Amino acid sequence: MKVAITSTGNSLESTIDPRFGQCAYFFIYDIQNKAMEFIPNPNIDADQGAGPATVQFFASRNINKIISGEFGMKIKSLLDCLRIQMIVLKNPEKKIKEIIDMLNH
Amino acid sequence: MSPRIKVLRKVSNPPVIKGFKPYGQESGKKNSEIVNLLYEEYEAIRLSDYDMLNHHQASVMMGVSRPTFTRIYASALHKTAKAFVEGKQISIEGGKVYFDSEWYHCEKCVCYFNNPEKEKPVENCPLCNSERVDKFDYENTVESNTDTKHK
Ligand SMILES: [Zn+2]
Repeated sequence: MKVAITSTGNSLESTIDPRFGQCAYFFIYDIQNKAMEFIPNPNIDADQGAGPATVQFFASRNINKIISGEFGMKIKSLLDCLRIQMIVLKNPEKKIKEIIDMLNH
Repeated sequence: MSPRIKVLRKVSNPPVIKGFKPYGQESGKKNSEIVNLLYEEYEAIRLSDYDMLNHHQASVMMGVSRPTFTRIYASALHKTAKAFVEGKQISIEGGKVYFDSEWYHCEKCVCYFNNPEKEKPVENCPLCNSERVDKFDYENTVESNTDTKHK
């Protein structure tokens, strides 16, 4: 089970980035083997199409769940097609490490 | 360059039945050919003639262009009419569709999440595992300030 979180920075102290397509970093966490990875968002400067490009990126990485601050209508329909779960966390203070703790309950 | 994701047509919910059977003396006698109404054709009739939306609104709901909607709708009516006139069965299945997922809210960690696998009921929060989860109308609340209204 792989989870992607949109992150404002590349450390576990970074907070969740509320922007989906325009987030600074993607954080990818594998719940089974605890593997973690920060990837700079390659689409951050794209004015348009950053959201769909991000969806494609996550799909290519076989992500099962995505945690972010918001998902636009278009993104929601793409993720619905791909059967990727969306989790909306409306708390910009939440740190990546806190979210990992929640996922591990 | 990664391949483009193909956007499917959005159908709110699967139809409550799998199809229709005619009755009466001539029904199904001459030949047993079944008219296959695709899910998107069913949805086109539902939006247009049951929810009484105009074609523009209905095309937005299904995530297709207006000419595409009109083509799906015309095909839906033609098939239905054929079944009526010729006394044929209608089966509703197939098509390039996906079903809009349902949304939930977790009271404990205050997150919102959808259920991409309709078949499985939601019991726990995917984030904190709490059982305090409720169904939630995402589109009409959280989304109200984003790009719902364009096009
Ligand atoms: Zn929760």
